[in-house]
Amino acid sequence: MADDTILATQGLTKEFKGFVAVKDVDLSVRRGTIHALIGPNGAGKTTCFNLLTHFLTPTRGRIFFNGREITGSRPAAIARMGLVRSFQISAVFPHLSVLENVRIALQRKRGHSFDFWLSERLLRALDAKARELIEAVGLAGFEDTLATELAYGRKRALEIATTLALEPEMMLLDEPTAGMTHEDVDRIAALIKRVAMDRTVLMVEHNLSVVSTLSDHITVLARGEVLAQGDYATVSKNPAVVEAYLGAGHA
Amino acid sequence: MAISDTAAIATRASNTARAGIVLMLAALAIAPFVGLYPVFLMKALCFALFACAFNLLLGFGGLLSFGHAMFLGTAGYVSAHAAKVWGLPFELAVLSGTAAAAALGTLVGALAIRRQGIYFAMITLAIAQMMFFFYLQTPFTHGEDGIQSVPRGRLFGVFDLSSTLTMYYVVLIIFALAFLLIYRVIHSPFGQVLKAIRENEPRAISLGYDADRYKLLAFILSATLAGLAGATKSIVFQLASLTDVHWTMSGEVVLMTLLGGMGTIFGPVVGAFIIIGIESYLSDFGEWVTVITGVIFVVCVLAFRRGIVGELSAWWSKHAG
Repeated sequence: MADDTILATQGLTKEFKGFVAVKDVDLSVRRGTIHALIGPNGAGKTTCFNLLTHFLTPTRGRIFFNGREITGSRPAAIARMGLVRSFQISAVFPHLSVLENVRIALQRKRGHSFDFWLSERLLRALDAKARELIEAVGLAGFEDTLATELAYGRKRALEIATTLALEPEMMLLDEPTAGMTHEDVDRIAALIKRVAMDRTVLMVEHNLSVVSTLSDHITVLARGEVLAQGDYATVSKNPAVVEAYLGAGHA
Repeated sequence: MAISDTAAIATRASNTARAGIVLMLAALAIAPFVGLYPVFLMKALCFALFACAFNLLLGFGGLLSFGHAMFLGTAGYVSAHAAKVWGLPFELAVLSGTAAAAALGTLVGALAIRRQGIYFAMITLAIAQMMFFFYLQTPFTHGEDGIQSVPRGRLFGVFDLSSTLTMYYVVLIIFALAFLLIYRVIHSPFGQVLKAIRENEPRAISLGYDADRYKLLAFILSATLAGLAGATKSIVFQLASLTDVHWTMSGEVVLMTLLGGMGTIFGPVVGAFIIIGIESYLSDFGEWVTVITGVIFVVCVLAFRRGIVGELSAWWSKHAG
C-alpha cells in the first residue's frame, strides 16, 4: 500500500490571519495515476499546491513524497527530488527563446551551474534533446521565437515541455487548460494523457470535461476541506459536491 | 535546416559582439594619440568598469543595488592604505582592495539577497550609509582629507607607473580583462540560469535552481569587479576620498548604466564615457553640470528607455532583420 502511494499528506493545514485556507487535508496520490484536485473558486486548490512544493509553509501537517517526509525541504530541493510543479499563470522565461527555455531545464542535469568561467557553448550539447521535447509538444518551428511572443496555448505547451525536460517522477499542473480555446484544450489534454503514461500527475483543473476524460481519481475541495474523493462517476453523484458547485437547492 | 539556422543566428550575434569588443579595445588603445587626454581616459575607464560590474547585477541579475559605492570606496581605501602605509607594490595593493570588496560583497550580499525589489535596494543603501559613516570616523581614512599622495609604484617592480602613458595602458589592460570576464559570465551556464531567474524566479526555483545562491554569486562577482574599479582608481589618481563611498556615487553608477543601456554589454561603457565626459569637459559650468546630467537622465528615461546602446541595437535588428 505505502509503496503504491507516491505523494501523501497528513492533516495538512494552512491558516492565514483569521482565515483557514486549507484544513486537515489528507491526500493520497497513487503512483502512475492522473489525480485531479477540483473545487469551487477559493477552495484552497492552489494553496494546496503551494504547500506541497513548499512555496508556502504549512501551519500544521506533514507531507510525504515517496515515503520520505518533505514538509521542511526547500522548494528547489523538492523539485530536484522529482516533484515538479507548473503555475496558474503561464510559467515561461519570457525573454528567452523557446529553445533556451527548455534548455534551462535540461541544464539541471549538470547539477549546479555555478561555473561562470565556462562558455555557454557547451550547453549546445543539450540542443538535440531540447528540440525533441519541443517537437513532442507540437512547437517545432518555434525554437528561435521568444517565449513572450507565443500565443497563450503554445506558452502552456512550452511550459509542459520545460517541465518534462526534468523527467520528473511526478508533475503538479495548476490549471493547465485555463483560458484556452477548444482546440488548445484538446491538444493539451492529449499531451497530458501522453506524458502521464510513465509518471504521476496531480492537477488542479476547472474544465470538468477534461477532468472526466483524464483523471483516474478526483479529490474535491471546498472551503479548504476535502468534500469527496473517488472516480468521476462517484464524485459527480455526491450530493455535497453538487451543492458546492451549483449551490443549495439543486442537491 | 532549423538547426543550422539557430546555430547561424547565435554565431552571428556573438560574432557581432566580438567584433564590437575588438573595435572598442582597439579604439581605446589608440585614443591617447588622437587627442584624448590619458587622465580623462583613465577616469572614464575606471567608471566604465564600475558601471559594467553594476550592470552585471542589474541588467543580467535583475537586482538594483543602491549601495554599490561601498564596494568602489572600500577597495579604494584599502588599496590606497596598502600602497601608502604598508608599501605594497601596485599589483598587490590593487589585489588587496579587490579582495576587501569581495569579502564585503559576500557579507552584504548574504544579507540583502533575502529581500526583493525596493527592499533589496533599501538594504544595500542602508548598509552603504553605515559604511560611509564608518569611513568618516575611522582614523586610517583621514576623514574629509582622504588618503592623499598614494604612490603608484612600479608594476611587477619593472614598469614605472609615474609615466601617464604606461599607467594608461595598465588601466586599459585591467579594464579589458575585467570586461572580457563579464562577457564570459553573461555567456556561461551560470549566466543562463541567472537570466532565467531574472525572467521568472518562481519558475526557476520550481525547476530545481536555488535562486538565492545564484543571486548571491552574481552579487559577489559584481561587488568584486566594482572593487577592482575602485582599487585601480585610487592608485591611478593617488587619492582615496569620501566621494567614492558617498551615496551620490551609488546614484551616478545607476545613471551611467541606464543612460548607456542596462542589460547590454557596451551600454555601461558608453554611459560612463558620456557622464565623465560631461563632468570633465563642461566643468567650466560649475554647479550647472549636475543640472545638465539631470536633464539628460530625464530625457533618457522619457525618450529612450532602453538607453543609447539598447535603442541602437533595437533599431539595428529592426532594419537588418
